Amino acid sequence: MSDRPAYTEFHPRWYRRPISTWWWLGKRTYLLFILRELSSLSVAWFVVFMLLLVRAVGQGDAEYQRFLDRVDHPLVVLLNLVALAFVTFHMVTWFNLTPQAMVIRAGGRRVRPSWIMVSQYVAWLIVSAFVVWLLVGA
Amino acid sequence: MPATEDVLIVGGGGAGLRAAIAIAETNPALRVAVISKVYPMRSHTVSAEGGAAGVVGADDSLDEHAYDTVSGSDWLCDQDAVEAFVEAAPRELLQLEHWGCPWSREPDGRIAVRAFGGMKKLRTWFAADKTGFHMLHTLFQTSLKYHDVKRYDEWFVTKLLVDDGRVQGVVALELMSGRIEAITAKAVILCTGGGGRVFPFTTNAVIKTGDGMSLAYRAGAPLKDMEFVQYHPTGLPFTGILITEAARAEGGWLVNKDGYRYLQDYDLGVPEPKPVLRSMELGPRDRLSQAFVHEQEKGNTIETPYGQVVYLDLRHVGADLIDRKLPFVRELCLSYERIDPVSELIPVRPVVHYMMGGVHTDIDGATPLGGLYAAGEVACVSINGANRLGSNSLPELLVFGARAGRAAAEYAATAKDPTPAVLAQGRDERRRLEQEFLRRADGSEPLSGLRNDLQSVMEASAGIYRSGDSLAKGADTVRELQERFGAVALDDHSRTFNTELVAALELGNLLDVAEAILHSAERRQESRGAHQRTDFPARDDENFLAHSLAYREPDGSCRIDYLPVTITRWPPGERVYGR
Amino acid sequence: MANTIVLQVARYRPEVETEPVMQEYDVPLRDDWAVLDGLNHVKDHLDGTLSYRWSCRMGICGSCGMTVNGEPKLTCATFLTDYAPGPVRVEPLQNFPVIRDLVVELGDFMRKLPKVNPWLVREEELPVSHGEYLQTPDEVDEYKQFSMCINCMLCYAACPVYGLDPEFMGPAAIALAQRYNLDSRDQGGPDRLEVLIEPEGLWGCTFVGECTRVCPKDVDPAGAIQRYKLTAATASLKRILLPRGAR
Repeated sequence: MSDRPAYTEFHPRWYRRPISTWWWLGKRTYLLFILRELSSLSVAWFVVFMLLLVRAVGQGDAEYQRFLDRVDHPLVVLLNLVALAFVTFHMVTWFNLTPQAMVIRAGGRRVRPSWIMVSQYVAWLIVSAFVVWLLVGA
Repeated sequence: MPATEDVLIVGGGGAGLRAAIAIAETNPALRVAVISKVYPMRSHTVSAEGGAAGVVGADDSLDEHAYDTVSGSDWLCDQDAVEAFVEAAPRELLQLEHWGCPWSREPDGRIAVRAFGGMKKLRTWFAADKTGFHMLHTLFQTSLKYHDVKRYDEWFVTKLLVDDGRVQGVVALELMSGRIEAITAKAVILCTGGGGRVFPFTTNAVIKTGDGMSLAYRAGAPLKDMEFVQYHPTGLPFTGILITEAARAEGGWLVNKDGYRYLQDYDLGVPEPKPVLRSMELGPRDRLSQAFVHEQEKGNTIETPYGQVVYLDLRHVGADLIDRKLPFVRELCLSYERIDPVSELIPVRPVVHYMMGGVHTDIDGATPLGGLYAAGEVACVSINGANRLGSNSLPELLVFGARAGRAAAEYAATAKDPTPAVLAQGRDERRRLEQEFLRRADGSEPLSGLRNDLQSVMEASAGIYRSGDSLAKGADTVRELQERFGAVALDDHSRTFNTELVAALELGNLLDVAEAILHSAERRQESRGAHQRTDFPARDDENFLAHSLAYREPDGSCRIDYLPVTITRWPPGERVYGR
Repeated sequence: MANTIVLQVARYRPEVETEPVMQEYDVPLRDDWAVLDGLNHVKDHLDGTLSYRWSCRMGICGSCGMTVNGEPKLTCATFLTDYAPGPVRVEPLQNFPVIRDLVVELGDFMRKLPKVNPWLVREEELPVSHGEYLQTPDEVDEYKQFSMCINCMLCYAACPVYGLDPEFMGPAAIALAQRYNLDSRDQGGPDRLEVLIEPEGLWGCTFVGECTRVCPKDVDPAGAIQRYKLTAATASLKRILLPRGAR
């Protein structure tokens, strides 16, 4: 008999199941998560694109026109469309998850999660309408 | 030879954890350890639902709680213990609140209390309908604060080490690795719960196998009042899952196949639309379960594939109240019966729920065996006598867990070190386990068959109503089963997490519990509380106002002795409900 | 509907095998049988050597968590008929070492739990004779959801962060810390923050949300953790912006 028995904290014969590099393909929810995380690359792409656009505008009419001709290339358009899809996915997942992460109180009671979600879409619509008006109307 | 632990607590449920905390607080220098066959948060305390009683109302008094308990027990409880219990209960429940227990509250922030069966005033504290769950997790999480409390998680105790007239430790099997060790201690507290699994239909989890009762019994300590087994009136038919008494406290009705509230025919009062304390559905559990048997005999119960049932009607209570006060009940009915209590009737029947009997202890949890203490359902102090009131057992864990902890600590502080003889006992036990179970290849009795036979004979011979004949026959069958158990066949000879070995050891414990129940019941020739004899239908205070004590004799037989009940202020009277 | 269903059960006998193998059993397909009832049938009548944990069979003790057809489930609350005609694959809980058959080693969680100080912390303890700490029903609702955790570990099995990095504190432990943080009676928030502000604590979580999806008690550990991140970020900002004395 050992004189100091205690909980066995580690045993060599425990089997540890290896995790495959492709673990994220195993479940639909895992795949959606990885795509959501990857969508941040699209956000980064749009930021870079926006900066390049602004720089081109700042360099004068001719430079701006050359920039527009360059980005008219079908591959760039395709890239931007794919990025737009990802960014939309990014936005939708973000808006839908916000109520889980934030508990907002108004007048002593909890604001309903659906309201938090809807209010973000409404705010996005308003901002988008304003941007469209700037580009098209003004 | 120094002991490994000063106080070893067997069982990590409400009583065990409360005892550990009590020792860590009053005597931090002592080495205290909790040893349990499951992780503490799996202990059966977790499934208690209804509530815990403690006097808080301005219109309530300790005397009234005591009287309700005494009359509920059909005068078999020890009134000095009951007085100490009702006095300490509110304080213990408040202590738990200070440790973070999420008791349900009144709008002003004070503790809310509700009605419960057999209680004349509202004094049952509750945490929604998961009171046991919240209490256990609060106790477990609080126990983590005390770094000195050591835990042996998933170790199964197989034997108490006894020498020199006192308990000096245990022999235990570590489930994970299969190693068998002697763990010496100056004091041992049994907090292993009851043995409901000796019956086939029970609210109890599979781990409730009377382990501590058997350990004490084999070590020479007596088991008290074992014949008193409580049937909870409302368990689900197939699984036996508990539908809490709180469902009736919040207004549920028990109706038979004609939609009739049949309890009014059994001297339990007159049916009112709202619940009336100590009346009808809020009567004591033994009377309600007995009423079911009579209804069954009259043919008023409903036939289902899993036996006869009656209905619990919660439809008039309303979805709002059910979601606020009985959400777990709704969840359970939806999952396990595919029934929504808001709009449908719940099929229920009496199922075994609690054992009033257990290891005989005094008011401080001490058994007659030196160094051995017990608290909780495994013990019989007795505060529950012949029938326990709902919501008394959760505070019992706290009150007597703490008392036993403090008493064991005081004993251990001055106790002698263990004798070398116990190590030899430990080696013998290890050899016995290996030879009789692990290495054995010639067993002939399948384990599950033996278990089913035991449960069937207990249901038939020691159910809600018993007779001298059924009990004697039952005792004979159990003796036969004990012999057959000697040849139990085990498929699993592994040392690593061998749950079949554990199940076999548990069956051995259940056989001891069954023996004690049947012999005690046969000798008690009267009807009192949960023990109803068809051949002796009246209560006999002259001969039986006493506790039964079951001893295992050296030759293996069971001897029954009697111990008078302690009466302080309430002389035996008539139990009156609904009037 | 056929009256039997096949259970494909992962077996691992460390004395005999070096890795798990699958074994098939035919069990009765009854209307009200949970997967656990199927396993009990196997153990009682077909193969007594199958090891697994279970206790209450009503979804409150948390013992019986296993992976059923790839999803972490409480086998006592998962019904065979939902998988008919089968087969049903029953494996041990993911992300934990396997001790034997369907039994996993939970020591990692048990060691992590005390680190988040999961108890009520008061700067000044009032004596019990003082009565209860007042707490309105609304204040109870603030943390009640997070107190419902039964420690079944399904969330740890579902969490890819815990799977890839076993040092991560994990959903249940952090949710429990948040349960005490939000308890109006508690004053231990700062100490818990110290422990959880580590990369292996709060910030290890990338809001996959699987934990909340699999939780059988609707505890929403993901929500608890994100809310906690907000608190932690605010606390860190305060520490940077405000001078020591003003804190």
